[in-house]
Amino acid sequence: MSEVGRTLTDSNRLAYSGRADAPAVTSARARRWGWWFYAEHFLRSSKAYAWSILGYSVGQPLLYFLSLGLGLGSLVDQGVGTVDGVPYLTFVGPAILVSTVVMGASGEMTYPVMGGFKWQRLYYAPISAPVSPAQVATGHFVAVMIRFVLQATVIWLMLLAFGATTSPWSWLTIPVGVLAAGAFGAPLQAYAATLLDEGAQFAFVQRFIVMPMFLFAGTFFPLSAMPAWLQWIGWVSPIWHGTQLARLVSYGAAVPGWLAAVHVAYLGGLLALGVVLSRRRYERRLIA
Amino acid sequence: MAIVIGPVIVARGLRKTYDDVVAVDDIDFEVAPGESFGLLGPNGAGKSTTMRMIGGTSTRTSGLLTVAGLDPATHGPEVRAHLGVVPQQDNLDEELSVTDNLVVYGRYFGLPHAYLRPKAAELLEFAQLTEKAKEKVTKLSGGMKRRLTIARALINEPRVLLLDEPTTGLDPQARHILWDRLFRLKEEGVTLIVTTHFMDEAEQLCDRLIVVDRGRIMAEGSPQALIRQYSTREVLELRFGSDRNAEVLSQLADLGDRQEVLPDRILLYAADGEALLDEVTRRGLHPVTSLVRRSSLEDVFLRLTGRSLVE
Repeated sequence: MSEVGRTLTDSNRLAYSGRADAPAVTSARARRWGWWFYAEHFLRSSKAYAWSILGYSVGQPLLYFLSLGLGLGSLVDQGVGTVDGVPYLTFVGPAILVSTVVMGASGEMTYPVMGGFKWQRLYYAPISAPVSPAQVATGHFVAVMIRFVLQATVIWLMLLAFGATTSPWSWLTIPVGVLAAGAFGAPLQAYAATLLDEGAQFAFVQRFIVMPMFLFAGTFFPLSAMPAWLQWIGWVSPIWHGTQLARLVSYGAAVPGWLAAVHVAYLGGLLALGVVLSRRRYERRLIA
Repeated sequence: MAIVIGPVIVARGLRKTYDDVVAVDDIDFEVAPGESFGLLGPNGAGKSTTMRMIGGTSTRTSGLLTVAGLDPATHGPEVRAHLGVVPQQDNLDEELSVTDNLVVYGRYFGLPHAYLRPKAAELLEFAQLTEKAKEKVTKLSGGMKRRLTIARALINEPRVLLLDEPTTGLDPQARHILWDRLFRLKEEGVTLIVTTHFMDEAEQLCDRLIVVDRGRIMAEGSPQALIRQYSTREVLELRFGSDRNAEVLSQLADLGDRQEVLPDRILLYAADGEALLDEVTRRGLHPVTSLVRRSSLEDVFLRLTGRSLVE
């Protein structure tokens, strides 16, 4: 009837309409799925950048394919014939897929982590709801991995389009690329979570860790072509382990079974270690 | 949900230390359902730390604390499922729209979209943000962001709302709009727990409050009872110019129940401020400005600690 009366009725309904699930229900759900709730938020925010993400995930590998595969590749193929027994584009294609997603991790696991703790303080919202800090860590990681699945799929389709793959198992380059990105991204996330200042260290990581890991990791030429004293970089680089696995599934590169197992174990181990460390780190930092 | 008959929050000997700094020093309080309870004190008094311990996002060093009968240290998610939390610093997702901010927050409780969409619209109505529903948060003013944060805290229909410095940084008009909204919630029986260093905010919103300083409780009671207990009915504020205040004081020493000298003014406490002002004038003293007002919680704080709330 009167304006005041109506507003009061509305706001009465507002405080407890009884439509919301009870605390016991919501907390049980959050205990189980809190990590996914944060991943949902992260992915929804990513939508705002959908075009630039798409541009990055398609544009950059496309440039590599064109310049390395067609430009450098034609030179290599005319000169030495093949690399690792296949045309250069076939050799370098899986490496482009793996290194693109791994290098994507160096962006997604640095500044956004700093943003969560410090700039936008996004991590403080879920922990004032029933989500735990460890779940926030996992949610961030999972959301980034989901984006990498999409990105790796796009690059795999490019491999197909360029005829740079010969095996029916080449789709396995997608999980391999994501595994390698996780092996690098999870420990990096744990490290980023320890930083309190403005993240000047991230430029250092980019220049002195990511770039050598990319350039000296058998990406453009077999690791064995490098002097032995530089080969250790490949052995520690998730990009090399991932690239070798990707070559195995993409064109049947000669990777012995035991070595393939080492690649998987190394990548899986780093990923698991990184996830455990970041979960612990987030708990310590967000609950003080 | 079962109706909580006992206190919503019980704190006994609650203590928090960081390294060797004591943030919260052995405090006791209880909050009854439906009550508006305030923690009034200056910055660094330990109010925010207490709030975070209630929500289980800060661990206590010792003492006992229960929220809805649960220990937040071991049952953080269960405790926070009962609460709506409005933090001191906004942590809205500025890249998302106003509505999406409510929805993603509701998802943290696992609430389904079928519930969240209409609920978000209702809450935006309540927060007077309906026209901004599709805008990005970056487009909102400080007061609007604060109201959005309060709307967000209500998404799970909590019975208890924690508000940490809800109006700090807002202009007077924005503060009054916010108080009005909070008053509505109070009328509906939502338990409000408010920290503030504004005495007018504490007087507006709180049925009962504790005055805290350096981690300790200095006094407890309703705003009126505290004023009655620790101050006089009226206060006469006199300004003689900052260099003269101290020297004039000697000529006023016998006036009123009590005097306080602040850097910019002298406060004289008495039941009748006007009569006191007449006496000051009769003694041939001519302050630059004079003001008679009612005692406030500011005076209570000054009496208890010898310092102002806002420094």
